[in-house]
Amino acid sequence: MSEIAAPAKGKSLKELDRAVVRFAGDSGDGMQLTGEQFTTESAWAGNDIATLPNFPAEIRAPAGTLFGVSSFQLQFGSQRVYTPGDRLDCLVAMNPAALKVHLRDLKPGGLLVVNTAAFDKRNLDKAGYAANPLEESTLAERYRLHKVDMTGLTYEAVKDLPLGTKEKDRTKNFFALGLVSWIYTRPLEPTLEWITKKFVKNPSIAEANTRVLKAGHAYGETAEIFAEHYTVEAAEMAPGLYRAMTGNRALAWGILAAAERSKVPVVYGAYPITPASDILHELALHKRFRVRTIQAEDEIAAITAAIGAAFGGAIGVTGSSGPGIALKGEAIGLAVTAELPLVIFDIQRGGPSTGLPTKTEQADLMQAMYGRNSESPVVVLAPATPGDCFYVAYEAVRIATKYMVPVMVLSDGFLANGSEPWLIPDPQTLPPIEIGFRTEKEGFFPYLRDPATLARPWVRPGTPGLEHRIGGIEKQDVTGNISYDPDNHDHMVRTRAEKVRRVAQEIPPTTINGPATGDLLVVGWGGTYGAITAAVERAQTEGRAVASIHLRYLNPLPPDLGHILREYRKVLVPEINSGQLVRVLRAEYLVDAVGFNRVRGLPLASEEILEAITQLVEGHV
Amino acid sequence: MSAGGAEAKEAPKYTKKDFESDQDVRWCPGCGDYAILSAVQKAMPDLGIPKEDIVFVSGIGCSSRFPYYMNTYGFHTIHGRAPAIATGLRLARPDLKVFVVTGDGDGLSIGGNHMLHVLRRNVNVTILLFNNRIYGLTKGQYSPTSELGKVTKSTPVGSADRPVNPLAFALGCGATFVGRTVDRNIPHMEEMLKRAARHRGAAFVEILQNCNVYNDLAWNVMYDKEQKLQYELRLEHGKPLLFGPQDDRRAVIMDGVRPKVVTAKDVPASALWVHDESNVNAAKLLADLFAPDFPVPIGVLAAVAGPVYEEIMLDQEQKAISERGPGDIAKLLTSGDTWRIS
Ligand code: SF4
Repeated sequence: MSEIAAPAKGKSLKELDRAVVRFAGDSGDGMQLTGEQFTTESAWAGNDIATLPNFPAEIRAPAGTLFGVSSFQLQFGSQRVYTPGDRLDCLVAMNPAALKVHLRDLKPGGLLVVNTAAFDKRNLDKAGYAANPLEESTLAERYRLHKVDMTGLTYEAVKDLPLGTKEKDRTKNFFALGLVSWIYTRPLEPTLEWITKKFVKNPSIAEANTRVLKAGHAYGETAEIFAEHYTVEAAEMAPGLYRAMTGNRALAWGILAAAERSKVPVVYGAYPITPASDILHELALHKRFRVRTIQAEDEIAAITAAIGAAFGGAIGVTGSSGPGIALKGEAIGLAVTAELPLVIFDIQRGGPSTGLPTKTEQADLMQAMYGRNSESPVVVLAPATPGDCFYVAYEAVRIATKYMVPVMVLSDGFLANGSEPWLIPDPQTLPPIEIGFRTEKEGFFPYLRDPATLARPWVRPGTPGLEHRIGGIEKQDVTGNISYDPDNHDHMVRTRAEKVRRVAQEIPPTTINGPATGDLLVVGWGGTYGAITAAVERAQTEGRAVASIHLRYLNPLPPDLGHILREYRKVLVPEINSGQLVRVLRAEYLVDAVGFNRVRGLPLASEEILEAITQLVEGHV
Repeated sequence: MSAGGAEAKEAPKYTKKDFESDQDVRWCPGCGDYAILSAVQKAMPDLGIPKEDIVFVSGIGCSSRFPYYMNTYGFHTIHGRAPAIATGLRLARPDLKVFVVTGDGDGLSIGGNHMLHVLRRNVNVTILLFNNRIYGLTKGQYSPTSELGKVTKSTPVGSADRPVNPLAFALGCGATFVGRTVDRNIPHMEEMLKRAARHRGAAFVEILQNCNVYNDLAWNVMYDKEQKLQYELRLEHGKPLLFGPQDDRRAVIMDGVRPKVVTAKDVPASALWVHDESNVNAAKLLADLFAPDFPVPIGVLAAVAGPVYEEIMLDQEQKAISERGPGDIAKLLTSGDTWRIS
């Protein structure tokens, strides 16, 4: 897809194998859109990509303030890209607040592009700058500073168009996009196409955005301040058809795939909550798959509607974030004891309570495993990348319906909104979801069990002769009749646990990234996959006997895990929490695993994981 | 599709016995729930619905044990959530006839929010709310329908909260069918149950029920022979609001914008308030009438047609499928912006 880029006249073209770029500005500056378009351009250029959108929780945060800053970061490369990158090669700051918040992440000597027009007294005050940093020498000494009057150049490009000042002003992000696209030799076509499609009903706006985008690009090419620009070759990626995929969309599409494959309708119950709402929005678009979405009155109604649907023989799914999952706890217990299939998405965010709604965290593992009254085990799965969410959602439906259990899927804010180039699978290659509703009257009892899975029969109401009653009260095994018998309760507690344990039959052998035995094993789960893999591969190139595994099945754990853990001298468990999986591993396997924990609302950086690896291997901890 | 495809199938000729499950009924002896169970089982055959197409959903509380005793499909769920469970069930299975059995605590306290929404959405379910003005299963605390000043274990010197009126609540939520009946009037209960079950949309029936253990004779005004004669107002569509003994017939009329009780023979026929089930505003006034200042209305307060939630949802689905064909995941995966790497 990438053409051979020729250097612009009088400018040198350098080849890089990867670059990390961040666009930062006011929430109203359109940074998310700019980042998304730059991502699409990079995908066209054939690079591997990882993205990190980061925006304030406030819908319309006051302009110019530090907390109103919104940013979008991506790393693109000619080799495998695992993370959005730790340190920035290029920072675009649309105003003083953005500079103030993000400058510390820019590498020394990195490219710093600022919109000078926004550096007026008011904005400087709001950002807490006593003096204009652009006028001091430090910035230019430490970074390759490019001061560009983006606002002025934007107005100039659109001055004869019949648009108001506000409308004109709102196109300046495309100037930044055009300029950075030139710097990194990105194709403009996808953005030009997007503009045409998006503003088909508003030709003046389309024209303005097109002109401004091109003006930014031309500015890079002609302005003398840019002496060089860069190219990043296409990555060696598995051949096939690709698309950009975010985690939330992938979860939704995984459910659609499961609905199609199982030929059973889906009821998705949800209450709006950041960062899970997009799953509801996405599923609501696809009625043709017989996916019925309920925007419920609250979190409890959302899950109980899904449970009611499951009782009726549909695939019940609910999705939320940590605070909502807490509210759903009692209902999850009902699904556990009624032994109905149910899929629960938890898109983890910073907590406790409201916490950091738009930021990521991995601190709901304990809630997923134990956060209900009494003995209430559920299956817990975690996707590793945005695209992996597709497979995990599908797998969740498969397991839930095969074992008649609730399955919790732990995604997070980073996976939910982040995107990656995703190799589109052939849906035929997905494992079948075989749902056999019981219709046979002879010998029927509601809690009869399949000998292999211990699943009870799933009966659709409407089936003659199989009328039965189930509920939350303890019931006798097999007959399902209410039972307060002590031994029966003990038996049922064990049976429900054993059913979840048997899901281990479904787990494929664990993939080990690195040597099968060595000094250190890094164990991760969920959205830290990229950062851990990048860190471990760096450690390996440094010659260390380090390997990593990434757990997709958290309950039950893979049957080969205990054995693998013992093949390494030390075990490191990086998590965005205060040490949750590490506790589980220590308790389960009596292994002296060590945690690496940062809870900053941000993805872990591979650099910090590498440092933890180095320290542990060298015996500093 | 009122009760959905259920009506398409021919139901066998049932008797009450066909709806009795093999479970021992475990309410306290003398509890009003027995009479309600019996009335429901008696009314069922007349609905003409195959019993495999019937589901009883309940929450928690004495009343919520109900599904175990019905030989239909049943789901005894968690406290207050039956309306939400039923909503999901109807969305998954519009061909089923769904009943919700709840009580004043389950339906109006912990589940008040769900009750509001199932009514405003007009989900096609029949809701039976057993109102005994007390928490029975937890052994006698005051409920959201208990009278102000109610002395119970949790309110030794009297409750400080005013009661909610279930009928007024339901009407305020936009319910399309609202009725009231009494556990000691089996024929009336049967009649109400059948009317409610045949309604298209959410039907709400308050059943005044006696908890003889924790709140005996809370509805004595409807039980005591003399009081009942004085206060019971049978609502009948097209008939004037007349009540009381034959030799002292009284009428409820409108005095300006207020209801007023007058001696029937003192007012001309043209001034009488004629009950009209399609008049929801009038129903809201009726909902507030109670002894001793007013009679106690029983019967159907309101029955109107309204759009049904799951029918709209499923129509949207059918429309999408008929216009653009069923979903195709392979097509969806490759739609929009894609690129090939070779
Ligand atoms: S406590 Fe009251 S409502 Fe409950 S079963 Fe006993 S009498 Fe009936």
